[in-house]
Amino acid sequence: MQAALTLDLAPIARADRWRPAELAFWLIPVAAYFIFPDNLVLLTQIAITALFCLSLDLILGYAGIVSLGHAAFFGLGAYAAGLLAAHGYGDPLFGLVAAAIVTAVLGYVTSFLVLRGADLTRLMVTLGVAMMLYEVANKLTSITGGVDGLQGMEVLPVLGQFEFDLYGKTAYWYAIAVLFVLFCVARKLVHSPFGLSLKGIRLNVGRMPAIGAPVNARLSAVYTIGAAYAGIAGALLAQTTQFVALDVLSFNRSAELLLILVLGGSGSLYGALLGTIVFMSAHHLLSDLNPQYWQFWLGALLVVIVLFARDGVMGGLRRLGAALGRNK
Amino acid sequence: MTTYALQTRNLVKKFGGFVATNDVSLNVEAGARHALIGPNGAGKTTLINLLTGFLEPTSGEVILNGDTVTHLAQHQRVKRGLARTFQINRLFAELTVLESVTMAVNERIGIGARFWRPVGAYAEAVDEAASLLSTLRLLDLAHEKTRNLAYGKQRLIEIALALAMKPRVLLLDEPAAGVPTSESRELFETIAALPRDVTILLIEHDMDLVFRFADCISVLVSGALLTGGTPDEIANNPKVKEVYLGEAISV
Repeated sequence: MQAALTLDLAPIARADRWRPAELAFWLIPVAAYFIFPDNLVLLTQIAITALFCLSLDLILGYAGIVSLGHAAFFGLGAYAAGLLAAHGYGDPLFGLVAAAIVTAVLGYVTSFLVLRGADLTRLMVTLGVAMMLYEVANKLTSITGGVDGLQGMEVLPVLGQFEFDLYGKTAYWYAIAVLFVLFCVARKLVHSPFGLSLKGIRLNVGRMPAIGAPVNARLSAVYTIGAAYAGIAGALLAQTTQFVALDVLSFNRSAELLLILVLGGSGSLYGALLGTIVFMSAHHLLSDLNPQYWQFWLGALLVVIVLFARDGVMGGLRRLGAALGRNK
Repeated sequence: MTTYALQTRNLVKKFGGFVATNDVSLNVEAGARHALIGPNGAGKTTLINLLTGFLEPTSGEVILNGDTVTHLAQHQRVKRGLARTFQINRLFAELTVLESVTMAVNERIGIGARFWRPVGAYAEAVDEAASLLSTLRLLDLAHEKTRNLAYGKQRLIEIALALAMKPRVLLLDEPAAGVPTSESRELFETIAALPRDVTILLIEHDMDLVFRFADCISVLVSGALLTGGTPDEIANNPKVKEVYLGEAISV
């Protein structure tokens, strides 16, 4: 133990302290509310997608499980909350918890399929699960409304106090609050021994059994957590829009999410959030500017960002920070 | 009666028609410095993989401290005191040295799945990792990312990760492989200084190291045990000279 005293343990002891830049980041949603009061619907969508992206970051960015079917959990969560609200159980928090439980169960069960193979197999399995759910929702029109979407949701006020209003103020703060709380939980998770072991699995899965780590149990656990996060994001979408469209389960949603995460920088919680903000803002602005060919410019933006910052927006910012630090 | 830390009984591993391990019955005494030598392709790494549980044998048994572990998973054997290093580094490039070793200690003391308090809050694990690094004279590199280290230092991290398991039996798979001579002395000293209560099975090509370090040597040829004995017996065994040393010199 003598040795430990001579080593400065600060880097590992303080790894989980909140940094000033992080506190500043969380002023963005507050500022956005006052700067763009007419865009609350879009801002709410960004918050929800950010949560969805966070869930993919946990399983892909930290644990290294690739998924092309993460919308399965998002969609299942949306339908769970939607169906509850359509059948008289409209309490929003109850809906979120129910969605989390249902998606966690599906996540846990499918994790065993996902763990069977390597990367390409995982892409296929996750894609397959999402496709099956999509068609089930499509076919069960009497329950889900099929392509017409699930209607007739009645969502009660949040905490019995804050009714969902026409301007989307309640919806916005509700989504931001849920995002913030779940972000803090994810932050705890990634700084814990569990989070460290996930990084270990991603960096060298072959070594982990040799240091006594049960790799599959850890991956199952994080896949379940990621599924629950995605389910809550889906439930938020259903509750704040009071509608569930079939495309919550679409392949497009899974693929776009992957794009957003890579754009932001996977393996960093803020990368997931920043990627969502950049992608969805660009999406919104470009489709306004050039309604017909906006996808061209979105594509160009993605290529440019990846050319100049291969590890995404977060990687670019990190290098910028390092460069500024040197010039001081 | 001699106690054996690690034994195999009639161990066989076939890959299709190829017999990689052929009826190997190996006895490693507790506290031994046991070396396993053999020409390239003799099946040394296959044997290590069978011992650690990376591969399942076609038939035969693996016995660790008197218990049959033939069908236990790798991480379960580690929990029973069997640790290993790898011939080719299997490290965590993006983690710092201290993070890597702390992670290994976490797994051994059973807190690897704790998900709420930060890594640094478990001071007992971090302190143990730091003191292990100090023993291996790696303390000044504790906060360096593994990928920034010289290769010789990385080989030491291989050993540090295994030692973090507090093994009763340690398998060293060519610990000096690829290490330039300028860096190898430190590595050899570290291996020589490992505590005597740890049983060591060493696979090594470097005959200097083997003969200086081992008190018992087994020779593996074409998947089967050719012979075993003290370093003197092995050095003077004409069969060994023929199949192993002769061949090594001609290369």
